[in-house]
Amino acid sequence: MAAYLRPTSQSEAVAALAQRNLTILAGGTDFYPSRVGQPLTEDILDISAIAALREIGEDAGHWRIGATTTWSDLLSARLPPLFDGLKLAAREIGGVQIQNAGTIAGNLCNASPAADGVPPLLALDARVEIADAKNITNVALAEFILGNRKTLLRPDQLLTAILIPKPEHAARSRFVKLGARKYLVVSIVMVAATLEVDAGRVRGARVALGAASAVAQRLPLLETALIGQACDATLGDHAKADHLAALAPIDDVRASREYRLDAGLALVRRVLKELGEVA
Amino acid sequence: MNAPRAQVDAQTVRFVVNGVAREYSGSPAKRLADVLRDDLGLTGTKIGCNAGDCGACTVLIDGRQVCSCLTAVAQVGGRSVTTVEGLSDAGTLSGLQRAFHQHGAAQCGICTPGMLIAAADLLSRNARPNAEEVKDALGGVLCRCTGYQKIIEAILDVACAEQAPLPTAGAAVGARVPKVDGIAKLTGEERYGADGIPADALWLRVVRSPHHHAAFEVGDLAAFAAAHPGIERVLCARDVPSNGFGIYPHIKDQPVLADGLVRFRGEAVLALVGTRDAVESVGVAELPIRYRKLPPVMGIAAAAAPGAPLVQADKPGNLLLDGWVRKGDAAAAFAGCAAVAEAAFETGFVEHAYIEPEAGWARRIGDRLEIHVTTQTPYMDRDEMALVMKLAREQIRIVPTACGGGFGGKLDLSVQPLVGVAAWLLDQPVACVYTRPESMAASTKRHPSRIRIKSGCDAKGRLLAVETEADFDTGAYASWGPTVATRVPIHASGPYFVPHVSARGRAFFTHCHPSGAFRGFGVPQGAIAHEAMMDELADKLGMDRLAFRRINALKAGDATATGQVLAHSAGLVQCLDALQPHWDAALAACAAFNKSSGARRRGVGIGCMWYGIGNTALSNPSTMRIGLSSKGVLTLYNGAVDIGQGSNTILTQIAADALGLPLQQFNIVMGDTDLTADAGKTSASRQTFVSGKAVELAGRDLRAKLLSLLEASADAALRLEGSVVKATDAQGEHQYDLAWLPSRHGTDALRGEGTFDPPTSPQDANGQGVPYATYAFAAQLALVEVDCDFGTVKVLDIVAAHDVGKAINPIQVEGQIQGGIMQGLGLALMEEYHPGRTENLHDYLIPTIGDMPSMKCILIEDPEPLGPSGAKGVGEPGLIPTAPAILGAIHHATGVRMRQVPVLPHRLRAALKPTETR
Repeated sequence: MAAYLRPTSQSEAVAALAQRNLTILAGGTDFYPSRVGQPLTEDILDISAIAALREIGEDAGHWRIGATTTWSDLLSARLPPLFDGLKLAAREIGGVQIQNAGTIAGNLCNASPAADGVPPLLALDARVEIADAKNITNVALAEFILGNRKTLLRPDQLLTAILIPKPEHAARSRFVKLGARKYLVVSIVMVAATLEVDAGRVRGARVALGAASAVAQRLPLLETALIGQACDATLGDHAKADHLAALAPIDDVRASREYRLDAGLALVRRVLKELGEVA
Repeated sequence: MNAPRAQVDAQTVRFVVNGVAREYSGSPAKRLADVLRDDLGLTGTKIGCNAGDCGACTVLIDGRQVCSCLTAVAQVGGRSVTTVEGLSDAGTLSGLQRAFHQHGAAQCGICTPGMLIAAADLLSRNARPNAEEVKDALGGVLCRCTGYQKIIEAILDVACAEQAPLPTAGAAVGARVPKVDGIAKLTGEERYGADGIPADALWLRVVRSPHHHAAFEVGDLAAFAAAHPGIERVLCARDVPSNGFGIYPHIKDQPVLADGLVRFRGEAVLALVGTRDAVESVGVAELPIRYRKLPPVMGIAAAAAPGAPLVQADKPGNLLLDGWVRKGDAAAAFAGCAAVAEAAFETGFVEHAYIEPEAGWARRIGDRLEIHVTTQTPYMDRDEMALVMKLAREQIRIVPTACGGGFGGKLDLSVQPLVGVAAWLLDQPVACVYTRPESMAASTKRHPSRIRIKSGCDAKGRLLAVETEADFDTGAYASWGPTVATRVPIHASGPYFVPHVSARGRAFFTHCHPSGAFRGFGVPQGAIAHEAMMDELADKLGMDRLAFRRINALKAGDATATGQVLAHSAGLVQCLDALQPHWDAALAACAAFNKSSGARRRGVGIGCMWYGIGNTALSNPSTMRIGLSSKGVLTLYNGAVDIGQGSNTILTQIAADALGLPLQQFNIVMGDTDLTADAGKTSASRQTFVSGKAVELAGRDLRAKLLSLLEASADAALRLEGSVVKATDAQGEHQYDLAWLPSRHGTDALRGEGTFDPPTSPQDANGQGVPYATYAFAAQLALVEVDCDFGTVKVLDIVAAHDVGKAINPIQVEGQIQGGIMQGLGLALMEEYHPGRTENLHDYLIPTIGDMPSMKCILIEDPEPLGPSGAKGVGEPGLIPTAPAILGAIHHATGVRMRQVPVLPHRLRAALKPTETR
C-alpha cells in the first residue's frame, strides 16, 4: 500500500526518509504539473504541516528562510533592501496562486534551468541547509544544483532552509526576467545582481544569469571587474560579452542560443545601470 | 501477470467549504479540484490544465487564491475553502458578480470562476484597487474570449455597479443588455462538457499515437481487458461501424480510431473503457500495441516537394485543394504600375486554447443514441454521428452543454464518436474528458501558411493589380482545409478595389494534426500579407498609410475580386475616417517619444480587413422557432449554439422586438437537436446575420398569428400577462386568453417560424461569383513600444473601428472585437504551436491580462438590408486586422519589416541587429 505521510516535525520527516523512498511534496506546484493524466500512486512525504520549516529568521551572521516559506510569505516579510531582487523574482513566479503555494526550497529542488528563484539566491551567496536522520549540514547553492533537474539531495535528505549571509556593506539587489509575455512565463533569460556599496564605490558584487545554461551561473569575471568601480549609471558599461563566455545556452522554442547571450548581456547592463542609479 | 498497483491509503479529511463543514474520505493526494468536483459535487470550479497554467480552478484557501488542481486535499484539512458557489449569498449575487454581469465580463464563462475568485481575493485586501493591481492579482488566470478589458472594468466598478433597467418591449435591439443566460456563468451553476456526467458513467481514455507517422499492430484486446479489472472493453478501428468522418460530405478521411496506420502524433488509436480509476491506471507500456515508425512529411515544403511520400495514398502531390480567383490580367497590369511591392510571409500552427478541454458523454436509449457534448455545431454532429454509427439521423440526439470556448476548434468531432460507439456497444453511459496535453495534441489548429504576394498601384496610389499564392499546411486530414483554400483567394487582395487580381490558395497534407477552422479560416494569415503590401506601397509613394488605404477602400457599387458588385453596407471608409483623429494623435505621440527614448522606440500601424459572412458560395440556412404555450410560456427554440459570443442574448433581443414583447419574458432552449430546428453551425461569423434574420422572421410570424387572434392592427402594442395576450391599438385594447387554445406543437399552442438562407451563387472556374451575401469591414490601429535591446514588443493601444451593420448588443460586439484583438495579438507576438513540443499552456503562450493594450472600439453601422435590423457579423473580423496593425507599428518604430509571425523577441532582435549603428 502506498503511503501519504504528513508529519508535523522535521525529526519525524527525516526519520521517515531514512526508512523508505518517499516523494517530497510541499506546495505541489511542480509535483502535480509533472503528473497530468497520470495516476498518483507514489509514497508521499508531505512536509507542509511542519510549522518550523516555514519561518524566516536571522542571527548575527545569516538570514534563514525556512524551506516551505512560500513566495507570498517572502513578499509580505519585512526584509532589508538586500532582498529586493529576490522579492522581484517572487512576483514573477507564476501567478499569485502559485506564489501562495509554491515554496522557495521547492523551486531549488526542482532545479529547472529556468527556475526564477535560483539567480537571485546565487546573487545573495545563499547556502542550503540539508538534514537527514543524523546530521544537519549546509552547502553553497551553486554546488547544490548539479544540472537540469539534478541536485545533491539524497533520497534520505530534506532541504530544510536557505541561509543568506549578511553582507559587510550596505547592499541592494535587483532581478529582471525576460519572457514573451507578462505573467506566467518561463524565462528566456534572467539576471539577478547584488551590490555592496560603500562611499559610492562597489565593494562587493554578485551577478547571476539564469536560463542561459543548464544551471544558472554567477559571472565571476564581471564581478571582479565591478569591484572598486563608482556606483552610478555607468556601472552597466563594465559588462562585456567575454564575461558571459562560460555560459552554454540552448536553442529552443522560446529563443535562440545567440539571442540568450545577446539579450543576457543587455539585461546585465540594464540591471547594473539601474542598481548604480539607486545611489 | 501484472504487478499489483499500489493503492494510496484512504484518509479522512475534514474542512470547511463555503462555510459548511465537509468530510472527504479517500486518497489524501487527490487534487482538491477533483475532490470539489467529483466528491462534493461543486462543479463550479473548472479544470483547464491540471498544471497551474490557466488558473480556471482557482479557489480561496483561508482567504488566499490558489490553484485547486495543485493542492493535495490533505493540505486543506482544518482549513476553509471558498469556491465560486460560495460567492453569492443565498441566491443574491455579490457586488463583484453583479459588476461582471453588467460589464459583460464573462463570455463563455469557463474562466469566470477563477477570475471571480482571484478578484475576490484582491478585493478582500484592497477594496479600491487600480488597474495595475487588478492585473497583478488576476495574472494567473487565462481567458481566451474577452481580451480581459471588460473583466478589469468590472472589478474597477464593483463599488458602483448598479443594475441597469432592461429595455422595454420594442427597444431591445441596440440596447446594452447583459447576457440573458449570464447569471449561471457567475454562480458556478452553468454546466459545461465535463460538469453533468452521470455518476454511473463509464470512463473512456483515448490511447494516442506517440509518433507523427507509424504503422501499428494491436494484440489481443479482449485478453488485455480481461486481465485488467475495471476495464470493460478496449475499442479499436473495427469496432467503429463506419470509421471515417470529416467536414465535407465527400471527404470522410479521418478515422475515429486509426486502422493500422497513424498519420499524426496524437491520433486516436485505441479507447480504454471502464471505471475511471482503471482506465487512468493503465500504463502506456502495458498496452498490446506495436508501432513501426515511418518517416513523416513535416511542413509545406516537404509535402509539396516532387516525389514526396503521400500522406493519403489517393491524394497525389499531397494536394487537398487548389483554389483560384482570377479577374482581369494581373501579370500584364504590373507593367503599368508606378510602384510595386513584393514579399513572402510565413505563419505557424496556432492553437485555439479554449480553456475548456473537449468533454462529453453518451448514453444509449433503446435504438437511439444521445450525446451531451461541448460543441459549436450540434446539427453537423448529429449528421456526422449518424454516418459513423450507420444510424438514421433521427436516432441521434445531440444535447450541447455550455461551451467553454470554441473559436472553430469545436466544429470537428472530438469525443462524440468515441463515447457514442462505446455507449452503444456497452449500453451504459460513457464519458470522456480530454486532458490539456491531449486536447492540444489531438485538436485542429490554424493552418500554417506561406504566402507570396505582389501588389502594384499607379502614381496616384490607386491599386492596379494584386497577385498572390498562398500555401497552407492542412495536416493529416482534410477537416476545414477546403474552406481555407477557397476563402483565402477571395479575400487575398484585401478590402480594396483592385481591377486585376490573381489569387491562388493550396492546401497540402502533412503528418501533423489536422488544420481546421480557426477564427477567420486563413483570412488572418492573408491579411498579414496584403496589409504589408499596402504599407510598402504607401511608403514608396510617400503617402500616409491611412490615406493610401482610404483611396482604395471598397465602397458600395464597387466590384470585388470575384466580380461581385457590393450593393450596400461597405463601411471601410467610415471606419478609416473614425480612426483618423486617433491616427494623427498616435503619429504625433510616436514622433515626440522617439526624440529621446534610447533603446525604446514607439510606432503606430494600421490594418484593414473585410470578411464574407457565412459559408463560402454554399447554402447555409437557419431555422428558428418561437413557441407560446396555453399557459403563456414564451420559448425561443434556438438551434444556434452560444459558445460565449452572446447569440442567446442577441437572438432573444431580435426575437423580442420582432414579436413586440420584452426580452425577459423569453425562455430559451438551445441547440438540443430533438427540440430545436437546424440553425447551422456557430462559425463564419454567421449567427447574428443568418440566425438573427431567421429569428426576426419567426418573431414576425408569431406576432402576425397573435394579431390575427386578437383582431388587432399591425402596429398594436402587445403585452403578455400570464396566459392572456393583450394588444393596444387605435381601436383600444384587445385581449385573448391562450388557455382557450389546444397545445398543437408539444406544449405550445402557437408557434412562429422563420428560415433564412443568405443568397449566394457558386463561383466559376476563375472564382468569379457571389460567394457571400454580405461582408464585414474593419480598420484597426496599433500603437506599440519596441525595446530594441531585447526585441520585445509591448502593444500600448488599439483603436478598432468595425462596420457591423447594426450593433444589436454593443456589449457583445465590443466583447467580440476585444477578444479578437487578443487572439490577433497572440498570433502576431507569441503563439506558435510545435507538435510534440508545446502541448501545454506554459510552453504554448497565449496573452495574459498583462499583455493586453488599452482597447477602444468604434462601432460603424452601415446597414445591411438583408440582415436583422441591418446587422452583419463580427465574430472573426475582430482578430483579422490586429496582427497587420502590430506588424506595421513595429516597422514604423524600428524600420524593420517582419515577415514571419509570431514576432518572438529573438526573431525581432535578429532582424534589428543589422540595422544597429550604435
